[in-house]
Amino acid sequence: MKRFLLPLVIFLIMVGFLAVGLHLDPREVPSPLVGKPAPSFSLPILDDPKKTFSPQQMLGQVWLFNVWASWCAACRDEHPLLVALSKANIVPIYGMDYKDTNADAQQWLLQGGNPYLANATDIDGRVGINYGVYGVPETYVIDKNGVIVYKQIGPITLEVLTNKILPLVKRLQAQ
Amino acid sequence: MKLMLIVRVILMITFTQSFNAWAEEARPLQTDVVTEAQVHRLSQELRCLVCQNQTLADSHAELAQDLMQEIREMAAKGMTDQAIIDYLVARYGDFVRYRPPMKSSTYLLWLGPFVLLIFGAIGLVMMLRRREQMPADKPISPTEARKVRELLNKE
Repeated sequence: MKRFLLPLVIFLIMVGFLAVGLHLDPREVPSPLVGKPAPSFSLPILDDPKKTFSPQQMLGQVWLFNVWASWCAACRDEHPLLVALSKANIVPIYGMDYKDTNADAQQWLLQGGNPYLANATDIDGRVGINYGVYGVPETYVIDKNGVIVYKQIGPITLEVLTNKILPLVKRLQAQ
Repeated sequence: MKLMLIVRVILMITFTQSFNAWAEEARPLQTDVVTEAQVHRLSQELRCLVCQNQTLADSHAELAQDLMQEIREMAAKGMTDQAIIDYLVARYGDFVRYRPPMKSSTYLLWLGPFVLLIFGAIGLVMMLRRREQMPADKPISPTEARKVRELLNKE
């Protein structure tokens, strides 16, 4: 019996590692930006390119910063949820149109509805790099002090919205 | 013969022109040899975040191209390799590096193989010791020899 003990222990350790590995998402890169001030920028606004949007304008408010593009298929999945969220008037949603053309972006908003109070246009993706964007859509929850508190990589799902983002927003707003 | 010559000339012209077109596209690479060497070196150390098992150098993803451009600009400004890597790590985390840094969360990664090697060596030594303690070969008795012969001759 004793000689089976060691292989059994090794087997159980491997099962442990594999079980944990099964629940990790290799595509999810933990963002080092969480807990840091949102990188500043000043970009033209989609609907009115003469005006600019910069995150400093949002100081004092909790807000969502959603990076999207009209060419992004996963953005299509989360879009209805954003529209519904914007109608609920819980938290202001600002967008950043990432590596896109204004015409395509406007067409997209006409078709799918516009949940954004304003959209910054990051045509060459430089601001995206500063925000560590590597796969749109990505959404940042930014607090009253302009600090990134949470980053959602990939589309927001109903589950993420109700279990993570909304409770977090409530808590931050109460601060 | 004349026809061949014409064909050859046409081919030459087309090829020269297409090569010219290529040279046109590749021109930014030629700006500065030192900068380019640095970009090349870095792009092999850094991971493309879109297609995660490729380096920036291997990847054709748009983000990889953008990051290469960003690195090129930083390199042109005279930033050191370390400064450029730090810049990207600050945005994308340690994950962008193909060589993860040694820190508490990566000890297992760095030291794990050596720990396994030590375990293997201990196991090997233990096995060899046990084998040494096995009874030495001794000649078989006449009875055993007869049994063996019987078994072999059965067929």
